[in-house]
Amino acid sequence: MTNVGAQGAVGSELAIRVRGLRKSFGDVRALDGVDLDVAPGTVLGLLGPNGAGKTTVVRVMATLLKPDAGDVCVAGLDAVREATALRKQIGLAGQYAAIDENLTGLENLVMVGRLYGMARARATQRGRELLERFELTDAAGRPAKTYSGGMRRRLDLGAALVAKPPVLFLDEPTTGLDPRSRLDVWKTIEELVAEGTTVLLTTQYLDEADRLADTIAVIDQGRVIANGTPDELKDRVGGERLEVRLSTPGEAPVAARALARMSDEAPLVEGDAVTAGVRKRNGVIVEAVRRLDEAGVEVDDITLRRPTLDDVFLALTGRVAEVTEDDENEEAAA
Amino acid sequence: MSRLVTDTMVVAERNLVRITRAPDLLLAFTVQPVMFVLLFVYVFGGAIIIPQTYDGYAEFLLPGIIVQNIAFGGFVTALGLNEDLHKGLIDRFRSLPMARPAVLAGRTLADVATNTLSVLVLLVTGLIIGFSFDASPLEILAGFGLLLLFGYAFSWVFALLGLIVSSPEAANSLGFIAVFPLTFISSAFVPVESMPAALQWFAEINPFTILVDAMRALWVDQPAGNTVWGAVAWSLAILAVFAPLAVSRYRRAAGH
Ligand SMILES: Nc1ncnc2c1ncn2[C@@H]1O[C@H](COP(=O)(O)OP(=O)(O)OP(=O)(O)O)[C@@H](O)[C@H]1O
Ligand SMILES: [Mg+2]
Repeated sequence: MTNVGAQGAVGSELAIRVRGLRKSFGDVRALDGVDLDVAPGTVLGLLGPNGAGKTTVVRVMATLLKPDAGDVCVAGLDAVREATALRKQIGLAGQYAAIDENLTGLENLVMVGRLYGMARARATQRGRELLERFELTDAAGRPAKTYSGGMRRRLDLGAALVAKPPVLFLDEPTTGLDPRSRLDVWKTIEELVAEGTTVLLTTQYLDEADRLADTIAVIDQGRVIANGTPDELKDRVGGERLEVRLSTPGEAPVAARALARMSDEAPLVEGDAVTAGVRKRNGVIVEAVRRLDEAGVEVDDITLRRPTLDDVFLALTGRVAEVTEDDENEEAAA
Repeated sequence: MSRLVTDTMVVAERNLVRITRAPDLLLAFTVQPVMFVLLFVYVFGGAIIIPQTYDGYAEFLLPGIIVQNIAFGGFVTALGLNEDLHKGLIDRFRSLPMARPAVLAGRTLADVATNTLSVLVLLVTGLIIGFSFDASPLEILAGFGLLLLFGYAFSWVFALLGLIVSSPEAANSLGFIAVFPLTFISSAFVPVESMPAALQWFAEINPFTILVDAMRALWVDQPAGNTVWGAVAWSLAILAVFAPLAVSRYRRAAGH
């Protein structure tokens, strides 16, 4: 079911190795057998819809949560048995900025540095470096409650980097940032990775995963349903995407049925647009126009393009209304 | 062990710095008890019959109201920890290689500082309105030490409360529900003999009565009995029960 990446060899060579990770909260199976491999100095992007279990994975690896079953090995240390040693090797920026609003930006970073065991002078120096890196120097002496959402987020990220940990967990690091701050954070992450840091990041933004991640794991309902490089995943979805925009949205189901024969999977309907994966390029548009014409559907626009990670995500998790070919090929999902 | 000490100091420093940034909280915790002292002395004072051995109601009341105030001192801990939990700060702390009990130990240690301040404020108020010591300097100091010890132990009760409840509002009302009866059904405000039998029974075994009586023995020369050692024993017992409970709760605390 789950597909372990190519480098799934020996645990000690991996920065992160997870096998059979399970965690339930009462009746809710948040994680139902998760396997992950991350090579040192690379980025794993963890994608998945809301409630898929991304934060739970991060919390287990950051030693905040004990798993019910499975092995979790980070930086060569067991996340349960060697949790204390592991905490020296990791930095965490959680889904919500965890900063003390009544302390200044600098005081926040100095506190975290000292709790990593640094002397006050060293922690202060490191704090100033990070404020500089995240362009917070001007606000360094102001209580964090006066910071904007994006500034808090950046301060929180700074706190995760205080000890220059070899492994970083970033849970939706750019949610709530403006486009420029997002780019800055991306650049920072790329610099850290170039210096050898291993990063596990969860994200809702597929362009973010596409740009930063060396490998991607898509999780849904507590299971890894696909993993590989962004290109591998795009290839898996199918060669090309045929996208049809209709004049009358109400005709979308008819159009989807007309195009179903051209595709291996069920075409996706989203408002007045129908998207279908097709294998070849040649003659596709002509055939599509003919089929739609026969079905009596009026077309506004028709294009052929490479799949994006959005297509991967939608195809794998089926989170967008899917045309059910009830009486034809597929059985209804249980 | 040295890690525990430094981490505790870092957390205590953080909590004291934040108080200076939110001075309204400090104001509430000092002005409110002063108001209570004045209300009790001037509104109820004339109507409450106190034993002949006291030189007026102020002398009777002050040790009692200081004890009540010490009991409330831990509220800062309950509210602060609950807020940290919801803001995700506890998650951050738990992911750091710091000594496990330090977040709570630092928090409760900060309470000792604020408790010292509020005891001093109340004492000055008392001295102005007619309270006077009938004690040696050593007894006065011992009284201080006992108050701070008990307050420190009680802060751990509030630490556990702050980690268990779902919101600061809940911490607030549950704390009041627990502390108000404990301090009022004691010898703090009225002589225990004036209460109905059932309440009298409770008041006599209430640790707050023991502490208040101990304070009166130390500061205004009332008969001590075993109250001083009783109060020390209670403090240590509360500490021994609630500190491990709170730390174990902290280990499992979940932010969201
Ligand atoms: N402490 C908890 N108690 C009960 N249920 C929980 C708890 N934490 C997570 N869950 C449940 O576990 C499942 C996975 O949650 P998780 O937070 O890991 O999802 P996520 O992928 O991070 O979602 P999002 O994209 O919304 O952040 C959800 O069904 C959630 O309700
Ligand atoms: Mg999440």
